[in-house]
Amino acid sequence: MKKNKSLLLSGPYIAWMVIFTLIPLCVVLFYALTDVDTGAFSFGNIENLVLYLPAFWRSILYSVVSALICLVIGYPVAYYMAHCRPTAQRFLYMLVMLPMCMSFLLRTLAWVGLLQDTGIINNFLEMLGLPRLSLIRTPGAVILGMVYNYLPYMILPLYAIIVKIDNRLIEAAEDLGCNSIQVFARVVLPLSMPGILSGVTMVFVPAVSTFYISNKLGSTDIVLIGDIIERQFKQGDNANMGAALSLLLMVLVFVCTGIMNRFGSDEEGGVLV
Amino acid sequence: MSKELIRLQDLVMEFNGERILDGINLYFNDHEFLTLLGPSGCGKTTTLRIIGGFLTPTSGRVLFDGKCINDVPPYERQINTVFQRYALFPHLDVYDNIAFGLKVAKLPKAEVHERVHQILEVVGLQGFEHRKIDSLSGGQQQRVAIARALVNRPKVLLLDEPLAALDLRLRKDMQNELKRIQQAMGITFIYVTHDQEEALSMSDTVVVMDKGRIQQIGKPEDIYNEPKNAFVADFIGESNILDGVMLADYKVKFFGRTFKCLDAGFEPNEPVDVVIRPEDIDFVAPEEGHLVGTVTAVTFKGLNYDIIVDFKGFKWLIQTTDFQPVGASVGIRLNPEDIHIMHKSEYSGMFGDYSSYSAEYDELTEDAGDEEE
Amino acid sequence: MKKANRIITLLIFVFLYAPMAVLIIASFNVGKDITQFEGFTFQQYAEVFRDRSLLTLLGNSLIISVLASGIATAFGTVAAVGIQGLNPRMRRTVMSLTNIPMTNPDIVTGISLSLLFVFVGSKLLGQRDSLTFWTLLIAHITFNLPYVILNVMPKLKQMDRSLVEAAMDLGCTPLQSFFKVTLPEIMPGVLSGAIMAFTMSLDDFVISYFVTGLDFITLPVEIYNYTKKQLQPKIYAMFTMLFLLILVLMVIMNLLQLRQDKAKNGHRRG
Repeated sequence: MKKNKSLLLSGPYIAWMVIFTLIPLCVVLFYALTDVDTGAFSFGNIENLVLYLPAFWRSILYSVVSALICLVIGYPVAYYMAHCRPTAQRFLYMLVMLPMCMSFLLRTLAWVGLLQDTGIINNFLEMLGLPRLSLIRTPGAVILGMVYNYLPYMILPLYAIIVKIDNRLIEAAEDLGCNSIQVFARVVLPLSMPGILSGVTMVFVPAVSTFYISNKLGSTDIVLIGDIIERQFKQGDNANMGAALSLLLMVLVFVCTGIMNRFGSDEEGGVLV
Repeated sequence: MSKELIRLQDLVMEFNGERILDGINLYFNDHEFLTLLGPSGCGKTTTLRIIGGFLTPTSGRVLFDGKCINDVPPYERQINTVFQRYALFPHLDVYDNIAFGLKVAKLPKAEVHERVHQILEVVGLQGFEHRKIDSLSGGQQQRVAIARALVNRPKVLLLDEPLAALDLRLRKDMQNELKRIQQAMGITFIYVTHDQEEALSMSDTVVVMDKGRIQQIGKPEDIYNEPKNAFVADFIGESNILDGVMLADYKVKFFGRTFKCLDAGFEPNEPVDVVIRPEDIDFVAPEEGHLVGTVTAVTFKGLNYDIIVDFKGFKWLIQTTDFQPVGASVGIRLNPEDIHIMHKSEYSGMFGDYSSYSAEYDELTEDAGDEEE
Repeated sequence: MKKANRIITLLIFVFLYAPMAVLIIASFNVGKDITQFEGFTFQQYAEVFRDRSLLTLLGNSLIISVLASGIATAFGTVAAVGIQGLNPRMRRTVMSLTNIPMTNPDIVTGISLSLLFVFVGSKLLGQRDSLTFWTLLIAHITFNLPYVILNVMPKLKQMDRSLVEAAMDLGCTPLQSFFKVTLPEIMPGVLSGAIMAFTMSLDDFVISYFVTGLDFITLPVEIYNYTKKQLQPKIYAMFTMLFLLILVLMVIMNLLQLRQDKAKNGHRRG
């Protein structure tokens, strides 16, 4: 009796999710396997994926680098936050959250203003009598944009995990003869692993699929996979090729997150902020 | 004594092919304080949950006032429950917790108010109306849980190990308190516990359960003095249980000696279990004793000493105020009233030997913390 | 060590907030170029309220996010209660289904939904414009639902199951016990799920960009269209106002929580 009721309550949700997440993925598959002009079944799109492999590699490279940078600079911040007084913790948490709520388009655009050849940073350098730098339209600028946009997604899960680490464990490690570096390497770091994994995933996934950041901060030859997909749909009118690319992107992301989850086999649902 | 209120007929409960209850037949009288007593996993909580309506038995019937209530949901039964960890609503204060059932029943405000205040008086919590649940101590929460159930004036109150979370001192106080409340309200209490002392001191009737079956039903004194099998003898208090042979009525032979006893009605030469309570044994000089043994361990318990005596390789527990040092040779005399005879059962040979004294004894006294399911 | 961390933290916050400071300063700029401050003015703010086009777009965004997060919260909460009662195997399956939109990149979610709508709309129903307000709403509900589920489920798991039994014991029907006991118990989860869903909806650009029709455009999508052309500085004014609004809201929430905690602690001690 109780089982039926549970099914009755969750059934509509299951139906909704099947219709609006699973079936759309099947539609993507359908488009990927049909020809854009004739609408006939074809492996042409899949075969053509090879042409886009460089863009894929570039996306992966940039987003992995971004995720690692986020980890390296985000960890001290999360650690510092977790060891503040509770009131300060909440305040800092809010400060990390706040940028996530603001338009990322405009914030990225602000970087254009900062990095441009005639931008704020270069103007400042000039004022100091230093030579101008060409900052924008470089791989570095794209990675900077990614780090900037997704850093909060790294800090928040890290913080959530670190703040839960029992201080007595650290004292126990010290008691057993660890110096502060050993305490970190042997106790704190292993315990923060779930946060690290979920932070890396949360940075990697949006970074690998972004199209706006590379569009604004990268040069014309720094094309990421997101740019290509967007163009296929919004300009190129080859939705079928776009579908094939999306499919590959999805497989890529699932493989990557799958590998991540292997590492930190946590059950049901990931660590949410 | 009074009329029958609830009857359980051939209750069987199975979870995933595992038999939790194996044919329970039991009736509960009006105004009775009945305790289901047994170790973890014996089926006592399951029985209680079936009566409360939270579980439907695999087979068998629950009769209330003669009517089958198997399919009556909990909210339509005239039964209320005091849950194991109280299950007080943390978002409501004391008043609203207690008034909960009355408000659901849509009673007029004035009456709700009056009844809540009445019951607060019964449980001794006047002035606590607007306290938050998490600001109460364990004992106070316990009282709120009882008040919340009783205010609905149920015919039967189910209590699922209600004192398990309290410390020893408070538990004793609440035992008296519960008995007082039960007598004051004049309703049936069905009480589940694994604490034999609690069961003996509070109940009119004790039902000893194990492995999904009822082992014995009786008054506390009868259960203690006349256990039906080795399980009951061991679970209720401490027992030395020996193999014996019933030679004839009032004559039992064990340890190669024939003793007089008060039991009759056995087959001639029937093998039996002989129970001797540790507190019934008195030391005498070795030459005067029926049996002579050597003291192997002594533990001071406050009221008495627990002394382990080795009789021909079989170790007995003896509780006495008469100190004997380890290694001393002691004699004992057994009077007919100290000896209780039981039929052999599936439990024979499993209990009542104190050879591995320390481990077993600790386990028996320390199993308070664990819970069922 | 602690000092080093403090300096890094400070630098990171400068890094996070510098671009926003640039935008805020630009909102008071007389000139149009974000890199050149030519003089102070409130002109852009006046502009926002004079031509109202941005306000309309903001209104659209609010309509979508309130509707989508509201529907997703109600729908998701009920579903979570159901999921909690399923057997573990079934529950795991449903949770992986829930995780698909969470792990899938937004662009894939957006494209897959857009393809579904176009496929059903044009190929099966023969509509010309298959992307409308409704498709946008469906898309938002879809990506909001997992946030609600993932916030409510842990609260349901934490909840003492005997509370519901206690309610039924005291005379509540299952429906009554949901509203009187379960819902108040899981309220923090429901609220945080709703807030998360709302902000995700309000700020969503990528998914909306692919499923939105011409009839109903949200603020982020239109900002994207703007950034392709010459940017109108009134957008900076809009940004600044939203920044302040969210800042104030967050501070208020913080203070409220602080007070709540204090009250709780005070009571415990008292």
